[in-house]
Amino acid sequence: MLCLPMPTLTHQYQCALRACLRRILAVSVLLLITCPLLAVDVLEFESAAQAERFRDLASEIRCLVCQNQSLADSDAPLAQDLRREVLEQMQAGRSDAEIRDYLVARYSDFVLYRPRFSSVNLLIWFAPLLMVAAGMWLVIRQLRRPAEVDDSQPGGNLD
Amino acid sequence: MLLIIGLKHSEYKEIIPSPLIGQQAPAFELPTLTDHRIVNSSSLRGKPYLLNIWASWCPGCRVEHELITSIADQGIIPVYGLSYKDAEHDATRWLERFGNPYTEVLVDQAGKVGIDYGVYGAPETFVIDAKGVIRHKHVGPLDIKTWEKELLPLIMTLDEPQS
Repeated sequence: MLCLPMPTLTHQYQCALRACLRRILAVSVLLLITCPLLAVDVLEFESAAQAERFRDLASEIRCLVCQNQSLADSDAPLAQDLRREVLEQMQAGRSDAEIRDYLVARYSDFVLYRPRFSSVNLLIWFAPLLMVAAGMWLVIRQLRRPAEVDDSQPGGNLD
Repeated sequence: MLLIIGLKHSEYKEIIPSPLIGQQAPAFELPTLTDHRIVNSSSLRGKPYLLNIWASWCPGCRVEHELITSIADQGIIPVYGLSYKDAEHDATRWLERFGNPYTEVLVDQAGKVGIDYGVYGAPETFVIDAKGVIRHKHVGPLDIKTWEKELLPLIMTLDEPQS
């Protein structure tokens, strides 16, 4: 029916088709808006503050199954389990740092989006500084050189 | 330049290093699949063993099943199965259909023990020594090459009496 060219459809059909399409559009828009909300399973928070703290913490934690999503956004079953675990530990009175440590002990630093300061990733933390220092050193050397080159090279060539 | 080096090494990005290697295997108390007897992880100690995390919903588990079965059949090392986030009747049916190589299947339906072991998918295979220390973790279906090159040589050293 949908494959027929429009002019062959009666007016009545055209109206019905348009209404139908409009409805599909409305439903898709609604789904687009609500889908991100559906990704979060039902968790019961004790207060608005706790919900906010949970959201903050969960958005810092990587979903390990779909590695480019945070725990807060992911729909993977493991992410649901970890969200529940995080909330349970929060309700048991554990601090954010303790919960992070708990996850790192099991899933390594990789689970955190904000890398922590450790001997292993010391280089990563200081790499930008090192690069700036190296760059400055190169620039200074280049700036100094022309004077030396101008002095020595003609002399060297003449000899 | 750095980008190219980074991209060349990026094939390893799916394997997340486990911080549990060299650590005592997390303790658990879980029911067995066959008779719901509660097994304490400390009772597995005294002999090296493999802990294979599997599920009937996991296609990779089907892939490695033949190898896991042959390892268990040859009696190289006992293989314990952790039925991970799986319905009991599905797990039982899967084993009836493809054979049960496991010394014992422990049921972790909620996936809580899985979290303690840093499991982020199935299958995963842990090599645990006689003292209950995790010595190796393999993520994904175990293949013959990895078994012969990585796990088996390690297990051979474990078989020697520990001082």
